[in-house]
Amino acid sequence: MSCQCQGKTGEKESKCEIIDRVVDKYQGQEGSMIPVLHEVQQAIGYLPEDVQAYVAEKMGVPLSEVYGVVSFYALFTTEPIGKYKISICLGTACYVKGSGRILEEFEKKLGIKVGETTEDGLFTLEACRCLGACGLAPVLVVNENVHGRLKITDVPEIIEKYRAMSREEAS
Amino acid sequence: MEMVNLTIDGQEVQVPKGSTVLEAAQKAGIDIPTLCHLKDINKIGACRVCVVEIEKARGLQPSCTYPVTEGMVVRTNTAMVRESRKAVVELILSNHPMECLTCSRSTDCELQALAKKLGIKEIRFQGENSNFPMDTSNPAIVRDPNKCILCRRCVAVCNEVQGVGALGLNERGFNSIVAPAFQHPLSEVNCVYCGQCVNVCPVGALKEKDEMQKVWDAINDPEKHVVLQTAPAVRAALGEEFGLPIGTIVTKKMVAAIRRLGIDKIFDTDFTADLTIMEEGNEFLDRLQNGGKLPLMTSCSPGWVKYCEQHYPEFLDNLSTAKSPQQMFGALAKTYYPEKCGIDAAKIFSVSVMPCTAKKYERQRPEMMDSGFVDVDAVLTTRELAAMIKEAGLDFNSLPEEDYDLPMGISTGAGLIFGVTGGVMEAALRTVYEVVTGKTLEKLEFVEVRGLEGIKEATVDVPPVGTVKVAVAHGLGNAKKLLERIKAGEAEYHFVEIMACPGGCIGGGGQPRVTGPERMSLEDNYLDLRAQAVYNEDKSMKMRKSHENPAIKTLYEEYLVKPLGEKSHHLLHTHYQAKPKYQVLAEKEC
Ligand code: SF4
Ligand code: SF4
Ligand code: SF4
Ligand code: FES
Repeated sequence: MSCQCQGKTGEKESKCEIIDRVVDKYQGQEGSMIPVLHEVQQAIGYLPEDVQAYVAEKMGVPLSEVYGVVSFYALFTTEPIGKYKISICLGTACYVKGSGRILEEFEKKLGIKVGETTEDGLFTLEACRCLGACGLAPVLVVNENVHGRLKITDVPEIIEKYRAMSREEAS
Repeated sequence: MEMVNLTIDGQEVQVPKGSTVLEAAQKAGIDIPTLCHLKDINKIGACRVCVVEIEKARGLQPSCTYPVTEGMVVRTNTAMVRESRKAVVELILSNHPMECLTCSRSTDCELQALAKKLGIKEIRFQGENSNFPMDTSNPAIVRDPNKCILCRRCVAVCNEVQGVGALGLNERGFNSIVAPAFQHPLSEVNCVYCGQCVNVCPVGALKEKDEMQKVWDAINDPEKHVVLQTAPAVRAALGEEFGLPIGTIVTKKMVAAIRRLGIDKIFDTDFTADLTIMEEGNEFLDRLQNGGKLPLMTSCSPGWVKYCEQHYPEFLDNLSTAKSPQQMFGALAKTYYPEKCGIDAAKIFSVSVMPCTAKKYERQRPEMMDSGFVDVDAVLTTRELAAMIKEAGLDFNSLPEEDYDLPMGISTGAGLIFGVTGGVMEAALRTVYEVVTGKTLEKLEFVEVRGLEGIKEATVDVPPVGTVKVAVAHGLGNAKKLLERIKAGEAEYHFVEIMACPGGCIGGGGQPRVTGPERMSLEDNYLDLRAQAVYNEDKSMKMRKSHENPAIKTLYEEYLVKPLGEKSHHLLHTHYQAKPKYQVLAEKEC
C-alpha cells in the first residue's frame, strides 16, 4: 500500500514513516498491537482513522481489530490532545462555587467546547469529577499543575501563562 | 482416541477427551440451551445461557466451553441452574427492543425461542435501551445494532471463516457495540456483502435488504412483464423454510409456488450457468493456448469478486471476464428474450431468486447494465422467496409439481452443480474435456473437487492440451490461503474456482438459517446434506453437460453466434477494478 498520510515536507518524519518504523520494530512479535499503537500515539499525538487504517494494513490485520483495541482502552485517543490539558472540576463543591461559569469562560476565550482542542494544538478543555482538592474550590488542573480558588478574571491570565510558556520553550 | 467418562444428571456418558460438557450432554440426549455458541464457529462462553453445575467446581460454569474430565459429575437441571439461565436471558431482554410482532425474525428468533423455552414471563430488571442508528448504507445487508445481543457470532464468521474482518466488538461497557471500525456503515469498510454474518445472527440484528415489495409492485403492475430466474442452490434449501428436512430438493414445487405468486415466466439460472460454462470454458482454452493470464479464476461469486477488488487487486487480470449466471440471464432477459417473444424490453421486470445477499449488490454494479437497462431489477434471497410464498397463503408442501417455462428453463446437471463448491470446476471440466478431446467422458464425476475440505486440488489429462491443474476454494478464509500460496509461488494452477461462501452457494448468505441448537443436534454438517442432494439430482438428470443443452445451442444459432463472439463480448463479459478496502484510504492521498 502506498503512503496515504499527509506528511508535510519539512516535517522530521511523516506519519507513515513513523508507523513503518514502529511496526517494523515489533515485526513478528505476538501481541504487539498495544505497544505498537502506544508508540505510534506517542509519536503522532493521537490515533486518527487514517493512522489506524495504515497501522492495520502495515500489520496485515483488519481495521476492525485495530479499532476494537483503540476504542476499548482509555489510554488511546482518536482526537488530538493539546499540549496543555485543562481539566476543570465539576464536582459538587467546585460547582457550587462557580466552576461551571469558569468552564464557560474558558470555552469563550479559547473558542472551543468541552472535549475539543484549539486549532493551534495548544489547549484541550475537559470537565472532570472531584479532584479531591475541595479546599481549593473552584479548582482546575493544567497537565499536572493545580490552580485553585479561581475567579472568572483568572481565566485569561491562566491562558496567557501557558501561551508564554510554550513560546519560551519554542525559542 | 482417548475417552473420558462422566455423569450428567445421573446418566453415564463416554466422550472423547477434549469434548466440552455441552457436547457430552448432547451425546447423552440432554438438552442444554445455548445462545452465543455456534458449532465450529463461535466458542467464547460469552452469554452464560448454557451454565451447569459441576461438582467440585466453584459457581456455575458455561458448558459450551468447559472441558470434560474423568469422573466429572454434572447437573444441568437444578433450581440454581434454571434460575441463573433465566436471569441471564432477562438481563439480555432488559435492554432489548421488544418488537417481536414486526421483527423479521419473529418465530425464527433464537432469543425469542429461548425466552419461551426458559419460561420467562416477566423481566425483573429494567435497562436503558441503546439507540444506535440503523445501517442501511448498502444494497445487501441491513444492520440494526439495537437488537444485537453481542454474541459475536458474526465477528467470528467474518474474521475466522471469511478472513475479512469487517466487524468487531467496539468500545466497552454499556457502549459496547458490534460494528465496523468507527461504527462506520458497512459500505465504507471492507465488507464483501457475503451475508455469512446474516446467516449466523441469532436475532434480528442482521438481515438482507428487503426487495420483496418491489417484486410485489411489479407483479401488480399490469404494464410489467415479470420474468424470474432461480439459482441452482435455492431448490436445495427452500424446503427447509416449510419444515422439510435439510437436503430436500424442491425444484418443481418451487416453480409451482412462484407461478402462483403471479410471475409471468419462470426460468432457470441453471440455463445461464450452462452458458457461463460455454463462455468461460472457451475463455480458458483461449488463455491456455494463446498465452493468456493464468490461472484463470472464476468470477461468478460477487462476494469473491469484491474481495478480489479490495484485498487482492493483483489477481484482477486472472478473473474470468464471463459474467455470473445471474447477470448473463439479466442481460439476455432484456435482449434475446423480448426479441424472440416480441415483447417490449422496457416492460420487462427481471427478478432473480438467489441463495446470496451479495447478488443484491452485484445487480446494482455499474458493469451490469449492458442490455441498455438495469439487467436485473430485483434480487430475492431464498428466505425472501419463502416469506412471499407464506404471505401469499400458499401451502407449499401440497402444491403440484410444475416445470420451468421455455426456452430459458432448460438446463443440465452441470448448471445445477454450480450451486456447490467445486461445481463450476466440475461443470467446466466436463465441457472442456469433451470439446478439446472430441471424446465422450466415461465418468462425469470429478470427485476430487467435491466435498467440504477448504482447498481441493486435481489434475486432469486433456490431450492434446496436456495436464490441467485445478484448485477449488470455498469460504474467503480458504481463498486467502490459496491466493497466498499462488502469490508465493508455492503452487501453480491453470484454473481456480473460488466461491465466497462456505460450501459454495448452498451455504450462501441468503439461504434458510440453521440455528445454533439445530447445528448442534444434526449428526451431519448441514452443508453436506444440501450438497449431497444437489449431486443426487445431477446424477438423475438426462443432460449433464453444458455443451449438450439444446436451448444453449439454439441461443448461439439464433442470437449469440459463437462463444466469445461479438454479441457475447458485449452482453456477457465485463472487467473489474481495484477498490479501496476502507473509505478513509480512498479519501486521503499523499
Ligand atoms: S430479535 Fe427476536 S426477540 Fe428481538 S424483537 Fe426480533 S424477534 Fe423479538
Ligand atoms: S457480509 Fe460478509 S464480509 Fe460483510 S460483515 Fe458480513 S460476514 Fe463480513
Ligand atoms: S449482530 Fe447478531 S451475530 Fe452479531 S453480535 Fe449482534 S446478535 Fe450476535
Ligand atoms: S456461554 Fe455457552 S452458549 Fe453462550
